[in-house]
Amino acid sequence: MSEATLERGINALKEQIDAPVAAFFSSCVSCGMCAEACLFYTETGDPKYTPIYKLEPLRRVWESEYTLIGKVKKALGLHKPVTDEMLEEWQELLYDSCTMCARCSMICPVGNDIAYMIRKTREGMVASGNAPEGVKGASIRAVTIGSPMGVKLSALEAQIKHIEADSGLKIPMDVEGADYLALLSSMEIMNFPEYLEGLAKIFKQAGVSWTLCSTAFEATNSGIQIGSSDIARTLVQRIVDGAERLKVKNVISPECGHAYTAIRWEGPNLIGRPFPFRVVHILELLDELRAAGRIKTKGLETERHTFHDPCSLVRKGGVIDEPRRLMDMVTSNFVDMKDRGTLAWCCGGGGGVSSNEDADELRIKAFKKKRDQIAETGADVLVTACANCRLVIEEGLEEYNIEMPIVGLSEMIADHLVVDETPPETKK
Amino acid sequence: MNESMDFLIWTKGTAFDIAVTIFVIGVILRLFEIISLGRKQSLAEAKGTEFGPGMKTIFSRSVPDLGTFRRQPLTVVTGYMFHIGLFVSLFLFVPHIELFRATFGFGWPGLPTPVVDAAAVLAIVGLLAGLWHRIMNPVMQKITTWEDWLVWALTFLPIITGYLAYHRMVNPYPVILGLHILSVEALMIAFPFTKLMHTFTVFLSRWYNGAMSGRRGVES
Ligand code: SF4
Ligand code: SF4
Repeated sequence: MSEATLERGINALKEQIDAPVAAFFSSCVSCGMCAEACLFYTETGDPKYTPIYKLEPLRRVWESEYTLIGKVKKALGLHKPVTDEMLEEWQELLYDSCTMCARCSMICPVGNDIAYMIRKTREGMVASGNAPEGVKGASIRAVTIGSPMGVKLSALEAQIKHIEADSGLKIPMDVEGADYLALLSSMEIMNFPEYLEGLAKIFKQAGVSWTLCSTAFEATNSGIQIGSSDIARTLVQRIVDGAERLKVKNVISPECGHAYTAIRWEGPNLIGRPFPFRVVHILELLDELRAAGRIKTKGLETERHTFHDPCSLVRKGGVIDEPRRLMDMVTSNFVDMKDRGTLAWCCGGGGGVSSNEDADELRIKAFKKKRDQIAETGADVLVTACANCRLVIEEGLEEYNIEMPIVGLSEMIADHLVVDETPPETKK
Repeated sequence: MNESMDFLIWTKGTAFDIAVTIFVIGVILRLFEIISLGRKQSLAEAKGTEFGPGMKTIFSRSVPDLGTFRRQPLTVVTGYMFHIGLFVSLFLFVPHIELFRATFGFGWPGLPTPVVDAAAVLAIVGLLAGLWHRIMNPVMQKITTWEDWLVWALTFLPIITGYLAYHRMVNPYPVILGLHILSVEALMIAFPFTKLMHTFTVFLSRWYNGAMSGRRGVES
């Protein structure tokens, strides 16, 4: 990264402003409804966490650079400029208290997509050197080591060995011409290896030709969380190179909300060309396999289950019905939370918040929202489809002394999978 | 009396022409200022379309989500009150329509005056309750700027002076009618340069939101 200065920060903000941003700021009527949509406000009652307020640096740059009245104000010296002190103060608002969950974007009566603008404002924060240390560290590790948690290929290989020995399944690595390239998140490799084992089991049964890639196994993208398109591009390029080297037709985003946003929606725009392969989230793929009759399950869980929608899946990718259809395959007592799908509440740890120690205390406070939502359903088991949500919820529940098992959906499907002695030939 | 007539004639003549000119040119300029910034077309494979979902969001955002409504009902109720009240008193009051017909050569049917009168009261009450809410609510306190107060006053003045003029509550009549017209002119002049612009840009922002979500297969 080139040296960060205020000037660079302001220039980065200038570059981020487009017609939607200008329309959004022009339309805001300061009604405050966005605050009621944001867990950081509802759980603390502190008005500084009002979503639109978090965007004040971007708004000031828009006003002074792209509006007539702002230019006049600037010429007359009446304009309040963005300063270093201001950005320092806003670090908490833009990082600690925002997961880019986009719930406010669904609620604002004039239609402001606030999360879209938070993402953009963070570019200015990085360029001016105002990103939090924890998130910076994660991005540096992602670029230099290959994973935000510092997980190396050797660690993955060790996990693969364990899984293969335990389950007798084969985990393919670097298979050229496979149909699907599966990506993982570091958290899945280290904390939830059940996910990879589940994949191997399901794909074997369904006859899916798949592989992992030794040069591109990490799906998460800290560049997007911190707000650095340069870092984000490097990380996406790694996956594209790997996929092109192995000539796969599809890339599977793992059970991770933001990894999906990163590779599915931002990826092609970061590298400046459409992908020569399809990107599909694991839940979308499992639902396709279900619909095609390629996976069958047996036995239904009878305890009451509920599902936590990862924000990026529902509000950035519309993956809402898929998990519910999959839940129906394996549970007989499924209850949805009151606000579900596009109005689901965030766990409080997305968008880089969980890797930002400054935010720890606030995150636990904000988690009350999810805690109460879960309690309201009376569920015995919580299911989700994101390793980050899962860890954040585990920690949150522990903090409030609530014991409750949390399961990954893919792994649950794998547990109930009907395994034939002679699985079908690999289908192309 | 003569002076008040002169004042009324001036507000109806020169001042009105100036205000309308600034309003029209200003609004066009501002819309151009926004749209000309453009936006990059996404290279990611689309999961849905843009246009339809964008149009849908233009309408669907008028209805608040129930959970959010329960948290802040006053914002929604006062908002509805003054927007509907303003719309009716502005566009469905027969003398306004006649003025429009005289200026542009066409008009539309209005509503009976008692209905418009009720709408004006609705708007006045809505605006006053909204103002009180803005003063009391901590979130609004945090984000309100001088511009929000200005915009409130610019909206309130035409409706209150119009109400007073219609009910002949101020003497001499030409003065209050002149003040009514003058306040509308102030509103029109400030319109393109303040948040009043949301009247037009709300269609853009809701559309962008709906379209960008729609492309990703999300209903917003
Ligand atoms: S809800 Fe929308 S219009 Fe209201 S204050 Fe927030 S951003 Fe502005
Ligand atoms: S994106 Fe989510 S966390 Fe961020 S301001 Fe909006 S509601 Fe709050």
